Amino acid sequence: MRDVAIIGIGQTPVGEHWTTSIRHLALEAALNALHDANVEHVDAIYVGNMLSGEITGQEHLGAMLADFLGMSGVEAMKVEAACASGSAALRVGTMAVASGMSDLVLVTGVEKMTDTSGRTTTAALASAADAEYEVSQGVSFVALNALLMQRYMYEYKWKHQDFANFVINAHANAKNNPNAMFHMTVTPESFARAPMIGDPVSLLDASPVCDGAAAVILAPAEYARTLSAAPVLIKGSAVATDPVAVHDRKDPLALEASRISAQRAYQMASVKPSDLDFFELHDAFTIMATLSLEATGFAERGQGVRLALEGEITPKGRIPITTMGGLKARGHPVGATGVYQVVEAVLQLRGLAGANQVANAHLGMTQNIGGSGATIITNILETME
Amino acid sequence: MEDQHMMKPQRPVGIIGYGSYVPRYRLPGTEIARVWKGQGKGPVKEKAVAGLDEDTVTIAIEAARNALQRAGINPETLRAIWAGSESHPYAVKPTSTIVAEAIGATPYHLAADLEFACKAGTEALQAAMGLVGSNMGDYAMAIGADTAQGRPGDELEYTAASGGTAFIVGPAEEALAVCTGSLSYVTDTPDFWRRAHQHYPSHGGRFTGEPGYFHHVESATRTILEETALKPEDFTYAVFHQPNAKFPKRVGKRMGFSTEQIEPGLLSTDIGNTYAGAAITGLSATLDIAKPGDRILMVSFGSGAGSDAFVWEVTEAIEARRGKAPLVRDYIQRRVEIDYALYVRYRNKLLVQ
Amino acid sequence: MSNIAHDWRLKGQRYRLEGEECPHCGSKIFPPRDICPECKQPAKEPYRLSGRGEVYTFSTVRGAPEGFEAYTPYTVALIKLEEGPMVTAQLTDIEPENVEIGMPVEMVTRKIRTQGNEGTIIYGYKFRPIMQQS
Repeated sequence: MRDVAIIGIGQTPVGEHWTTSIRHLALEAALNALHDANVEHVDAIYVGNMLSGEITGQEHLGAMLADFLGMSGVEAMKVEAACASGSAALRVGTMAVASGMSDLVLVTGVEKMTDTSGRTTTAALASAADAEYEVSQGVSFVALNALLMQRYMYEYKWKHQDFANFVINAHANAKNNPNAMFHMTVTPESFARAPMIGDPVSLLDASPVCDGAAAVILAPAEYARTLSAAPVLIKGSAVATDPVAVHDRKDPLALEASRISAQRAYQMASVKPSDLDFFELHDAFTIMATLSLEATGFAERGQGVRLALEGEITPKGRIPITTMGGLKARGHPVGATGVYQVVEAVLQLRGLAGANQVANAHLGMTQNIGGSGATIITNILETME
Repeated sequence: MEDQHMMKPQRPVGIIGYGSYVPRYRLPGTEIARVWKGQGKGPVKEKAVAGLDEDTVTIAIEAARNALQRAGINPETLRAIWAGSESHPYAVKPTSTIVAEAIGATPYHLAADLEFACKAGTEALQAAMGLVGSNMGDYAMAIGADTAQGRPGDELEYTAASGGTAFIVGPAEEALAVCTGSLSYVTDTPDFWRRAHQHYPSHGGRFTGEPGYFHHVESATRTILEETALKPEDFTYAVFHQPNAKFPKRVGKRMGFSTEQIEPGLLSTDIGNTYAGAAITGLSATLDIAKPGDRILMVSFGSGAGSDAFVWEVTEAIEARRGKAPLVRDYIQRRVEIDYALYVRYRNKLLVQ
Repeated sequence: MSNIAHDWRLKGQRYRLEGEECPHCGSKIFPPRDICPECKQPAKEPYRLSGRGEVYTFSTVRGAPEGFEAYTPYTVALIKLEEGPMVTAQLTDIEPENVEIGMPVEMVTRKIRTQGNEGTIIYGYKFRPIMQQS
């Protein structure tokens, strides 16, 4: 087993790309990453994506991207783990390089969600949940997160407004990210006024439907420095699962897969939470942000919201999160998100985060959640001296 | 007097379990009158309306489960589950098969849907008595349930309601009410009908009265009283089909029954006419308060037309079984008033596609 | 139109809460899954759950997903059944403002949805406040 490094990153802006197809989104991000890595050929391509079959009628994205890149013949596959597909593809790429079976690997996360009506996209997203025992009862993704948020507020006595800073912070950071979908400010007042979309989840608690692609190039750490001026080490990489249906989990608010994958990653990296300079967490819904902070050890159970209330989550806080806008404001093109998180972490570690730069960032964590928490993938990244 | 028309099975039978269900929504008659006439009220105070997730199948299932609770038998020993209604959700695929699956009775049993307007449930009851009485099976279930549709603006809209009752028929020695005789009186009388594929029924107005309801109920009642040599005063209670509050009171009076005798079984003021569930839910409500030794007459009426008449004698077993399921009045008291707009939505009268 | 066979396979669970009992640790399992989630041993003995439980959490849906538009507003909930398993289901016969975490409920069989005007009707479990009995 050998260490793996990221030697190049690329992304497209996140938004409603009416003029761009899924193939071209993936291609754009991949070309940006190849260019950034100064690499022309790779040994394998892994494409992270959740909904291409359902929304565009197209599976088989691995072979498709390979062809469009002019690399037909190369090893390539689509990797799927619901909204954690991006990180899942990265995991496969990491294992390929770590094992020695490949040297240079391209990982691309891509999602095109706007080619169908909102209704159809919402129905497609629900396939991340339990089709037979959740969705068949009339429950959507919003409803599942609402059920969790409702119980959380009941157990720990939080009010809806207490979640505001997760969204305010994300939007404030997105303003400085040219690739983010939203550049508007969210204030406590606008958060309070946001309409409910599934009590107690409001429009501003939820991340948007959008399109986007992000990519990274992986290489063996031992010669990464010969390929890149600022390689980033994948120091920790871990995947954990939990029952798909929220109701099948022993303690639905515990987000066990987050805790377990973080523990595994901490162990692999020999770090603890307080060593981390920032945390790109999966804020698909504000409830997921707070549960993630608790499960990964940054807050006591039920107290994640307090970190937000006390300003600890801003780029200058004790544990900066969503430093480039997160899922809420940068956007959440589901299968691509995991790779966006890593690309943004690399920007922080390279000192290229601009106005959102976390001071002296040299160790960061990304965590990507599939569905309501059934697959959670954690990466710990470190600048290489 | 010799029994010429009355039916008695080879072995005595009775009701070993009974149960009802009425939905919680109520549409006051004043609401219908407000929308269609600008003022006034209707012939009943209010009627029961099925909710968005209810239909004849779901009503029948709950009534059947209540009957099983009281009977205390293994559902797999039911040899027939027969459901009578004029609002079966499927024209082809029996309500009875779904009910049978829901109560765990499948697969060795009969299951067909019956239709005879408001007497489809009592037809099922007669058939169940025949099956058990002939020893073809020990237990059979008869259900009458409806989510009747009233044509908007029509006088029947005030009373067309939702509800139902299930009876489990078994050997007399196990019964909480033994049937000492029944009879059926049927003619070809088009007082009220609905053609296939039509959404709303049609009716003959005042023709539904004397040539319809009264002729058949009175004929059946008179004949069964003659052939059993019983007089009205021999009965503790009498339950008549109740399309409104007036008809059962009038026919009761004509036949010689008192207000006290028909009162416990007269529910139409509070829930409207539950069609195939009407007379039998009246009987259910009567069994809810009856004592061992009570004698009850029940006479149904179904348009088309006909009446089924039954004489019941309540046994000791009623006391122990009654409390095992909700009473009819528990369902009647569970009420939420709705307005005409919600009623129109719940009863699918809005053209959405 | 959804798969006929798929819904037909599920009717025992949907109508009667047919689950399993683990012969090793006694846990009740719903829906049936053949491996006990508690002790991880094989578990295939049929067991019918009572349908009694309490509300663990809930949320009212006013903008429904595909197929459920005709039923809004409806309240979905996680119900903790008295035997142990938790299920996701709609609440019925109760106004959204009257739902409380912890309230006791019982299972009823209701229409879940219909598949257009020509397709089959899907019936299944919902939960309502316990029916008062005199």
